[in-house]
Amino acid sequence: MDPYNYLYLAALLFTIGAVGVVVRRNAIVVFMCIELMLNAGNLTLVTFSRINGNLNGQVVAFFTMVVAACEVVVGLAIIVAIYRSRRSASIDDASLLKR
Amino acid sequence: MVTSSSLVYLIGLPLFGAVFLLLIGRKADKWGHLLATAMSAGSFVLGLLHFFAMTNRSTEDRAITQTLFTWIEVGTFKVDAALLLDQLSICFVLLISGVGTLIHIYSISYMSHDENRRRFFAYLNLFIAAMLLLVLGNSYLNLYVGWEGVGLASYLLIGFWNKKPAYATASKKAFVMNRIGDMGLSFAIMIAFATMGTVSFEGVKESVDRVGTPALTAMGIMLLIAAAGKSAQFPLQAWLGDAMAGPTPVSALIHAATMVTAGVYLIVRSNFVFDAAPTAQLLVVIVGAITLIFGAIIGMAKDDIKKALAASTMSQIGYMIVGAGLGPAGYAFAIMHLLAHGFFKAGMFLGAGSVMHGMNDEVNMRKYGGLRKAMPITFITFGLGYLAIIGVPPFAGFYSKDEIIATAFNSGGAQGIILGSITLLGAVITAFYMTRVMVLTFTSKARWDAGVHPHESPALMWLPMAILAIGSVTAGYLFTQGEALVHWLSPLFAKKEEYEELLPHSVVSILAISAVIIGVSIALAKYQFRPVAAIAPTDVSFATRLARNDLGQDVVNEAIFMRPGQGLTQGLVVMDEKVIDGAVRGIGAMAVGSGATLRRTQSGYVRSYAALILVGALVLLAGIWVVTQ
Repeated sequence: MDPYNYLYLAALLFTIGAVGVVVRRNAIVVFMCIELMLNAGNLTLVTFSRINGNLNGQVVAFFTMVVAACEVVVGLAIIVAIYRSRRSASIDDASLLKR
Repeated sequence: MVTSSSLVYLIGLPLFGAVFLLLIGRKADKWGHLLATAMSAGSFVLGLLHFFAMTNRSTEDRAITQTLFTWIEVGTFKVDAALLLDQLSICFVLLISGVGTLIHIYSISYMSHDENRRRFFAYLNLFIAAMLLLVLGNSYLNLYVGWEGVGLASYLLIGFWNKKPAYATASKKAFVMNRIGDMGLSFAIMIAFATMGTVSFEGVKESVDRVGTPALTAMGIMLLIAAAGKSAQFPLQAWLGDAMAGPTPVSALIHAATMVTAGVYLIVRSNFVFDAAPTAQLLVVIVGAITLIFGAIIGMAKDDIKKALAASTMSQIGYMIVGAGLGPAGYAFAIMHLLAHGFFKAGMFLGAGSVMHGMNDEVNMRKYGGLRKAMPITFITFGLGYLAIIGVPPFAGFYSKDEIIATAFNSGGAQGIILGSITLLGAVITAFYMTRVMVLTFTSKARWDAGVHPHESPALMWLPMAILAIGSVTAGYLFTQGEALVHWLSPLFAKKEEYEELLPHSVVSILAISAVIIGVSIALAKYQFRPVAAIAPTDVSFATRLARNDLGQDVVNEAIFMRPGQGLTQGLVVMDEKVIDGAVRGIGAMAVGSGATLRRTQSGYVRSYAALILVGALVLLAGIWVVTQ
């Protein structure tokens, strides 16, 4: 199977994730979209690893997974904390930095 | 050289008086004037003691010094705060403290109704201290301190009645014009330091041979500028007339007898520089000659008695400067005229103050007349000063002016004839304007305003006048008796060269006396034997109008210096506001404006930030793509 198809898939997943981040308001959904983008990145790395015939890309993909796991922990904790204080999971409501 | 430990008290006494009276405040209002007078008198007595001690020593041991402390020490350059009392300084010390004390005594009465009398006396003491420092300093730098000190005292005293804006302006004018002269003195000191590495009189005197003529000429010209500023000589003469805004004793002490002669002192003290720089010396003579005619012409037209006397001071100092510019032959005569002038001009100024005292502070001579009967003592003392200044034998002015005229005639060649004629013409004009003052004030018919009751001044005022009048009568005779003064000062100056006499001394005397007779007769014909208008006539010739306006000195100064200066400052203000402030404000406005624009992107919505990041990443990718293609 042509490895470039995985790249097209990764591009598609990344676009879906990016559009989701920009258009959705629900914090959990936005968060999942971010994860989608990260995984699209991972898929790209692994694909390139396969194309180039070395392991560099796969190694970096593991790093990405670890960072993503940490980010999920911190991010979910923040979302829960915001939800508890404002009874809302909409990220447009958390716009206090404006002023 | 003999050292002494008491020289500093000459300056210390009046300095203490000044500081004490200024610091203690109104508590001393009742007795402050007495303390100040005592301090000045103390200086005079000390000066006399030094004088007698000096006469007892042999010629080469006469100069004494006192080193107070090391003032500046940088590498090989060292300046001590040191005093030097020699044959030249002692003349000045006695003149300053002597005339100064008399004027202190006069002022006790003259200023008795002024609520700030204590402050006035403190300033007078400050002046005495500064002037003594000026003549006692042993280096140009020490002299400079005194030089600035008398400038300050002069400024404070001209503007003593500074409630009147015109008087405050007059003091500022004097101060600003003096700054130009001060600049000349500081340049002279810098030249001495740069070329000779020393600024003491002795060091400069020894270094004169080592240094090239151009440097000496430059130094001489700078010293001349300094002298012109302080002594109201052309072209820095315009401040003296306005300086008459000060109380009359101040005019007598500072603007007639002592401070304005500091320029003559400076030139005579720097005789070794001028002897080695003939160009500078010639300029000195030219400046003196111009001023002596300039002042005399202004003196002919002034109706304000103090301004007429001020113009006369300017003219008489012109004589001294001419004398000082004639080299070794003239230095001693310049000093002689200076001392004689100190007596008669101070006496006449005090006389003018006495007249003003009796005439409700009127200064216009056209409102005087017939005061001979009302104020006999003032008339006699003023009259003796008058005879002295116009040069009637055997009064002081005859001897001193005569010597200067003779030296001028004998200075050789065409220069001698021109100079001699100018000084002789000056004598004619002097006789004319002084007779005019005398006639208008004392002997013509009374033209008093209604309600004026002239009366003689109290003894405290006429006593100093009488003493000064005695000085005006006898000084010339005493100075010339066996060439006393010339002999006394001769160790300080180079030997005079032998010269061929163009005119014998007796001929010059006859010429001078005829000059006086001509001047006096014209003035008598014009004012004594014809009625004088109480209001100055306006349909006068162009020349008279010009002379009344000080020969346009203020017009010239304003046109050449003041207006362009104002234009320059206004231009600088515009430049500052528009260009420099504009640049600073522009940068600020730019930061504020760009901040306001950029702020719109900070909406606080996470999604818009995310979208911006996305767009940015896309732009970056597109950029990389364009570059790599």
